[in-house]
Amino acid sequence: MPIDQSLVGREFPPTPPYHVSEEALRAFVTATGGEYDGGPAPATFPIVVAFAAMNDFLDAEQVELRRIVHGEQRFSYQRPVVAGDVLTATLTVASLRQIGGNDILGTVSAVTDESGALVCSTSATLVHRGEA
Amino acid sequence: MSLEPQTFTVTRADLVRYAEASGDHNPIHQDKSVALAVGLPGVIAHGMYTMALAARAVTAWFPGAEVVSFGCKFTNPVVVPADGAAEILVEGVAADGDDGLTTVTLTVTCAGQKVLGMPKAVVRA
Repeated sequence: MPIDQSLVGREFPPTPPYHVSEEALRAFVTATGGEYDGGPAPATFPIVVAFAAMNDFLDAEQVELRRIVHGEQRFSYQRPVVAGDVLTATLTVASLRQIGGNDILGTVSAVTDESGALVCSTSATLVHRGEA
Repeated sequence: MSLEPQTFTVTRADLVRYAEASGDHNPIHQDKSVALAVGLPGVIAHGMYTMALAARAVTAWFPGAEVVSFGCKFTNPVVVPADGAAEILVEGVAADGDDGLTTVTLTVTCAGQKVLGMPKAVVRA
């Protein structure tokens, strides 16, 4: 079933505060074959909160995650994420197109810290594969 | 300036660890039957896994540099076999700008095929 066009422009509720622990950073770094050195988070780490925002959005719209393929991801950083940060992501649906039975969703998530300051902004293109 | 190519491997066990660490439990990264059912060629790596490897290459080339922006398209899936590993090659070319920022244009391939579209990082080196 196609995703509802009226979603475009809608901002979804912020994700619950996510506490960035050293353990979480180490797990993320080692999962991608690296060694955690106690420094700032890897550049793609903010996907953890951005993904949580996307999951909430998909749940709210009753879209199955298994039908989602990632098309594009862009990050624009104000500062690196460090252990001790408390992050929240707020997702807005930026665009929606239907091509060949697939929905092409554009989302933008603002990742902010405890003070409300922007840490990074990240945009994603999600391809929702229609029933074959 | 051409940068030293970096090679990484990804296994199914890596994808299990990454799913746990990132929260992305999409079964297309674990379960072949689900992947095939939605029209994929097999179990594929998270796009963000491959992107994380590209980020590791950037870090290897510019240790300690702050990343200002980073983006790519996911143009071809990285199929990860049940046994063994997929190999990812990350190549890069750096260009210094007048603004003190360095733009790193990447090429990320698996078995000779580009898997990321126009991957690019901007760093304050």
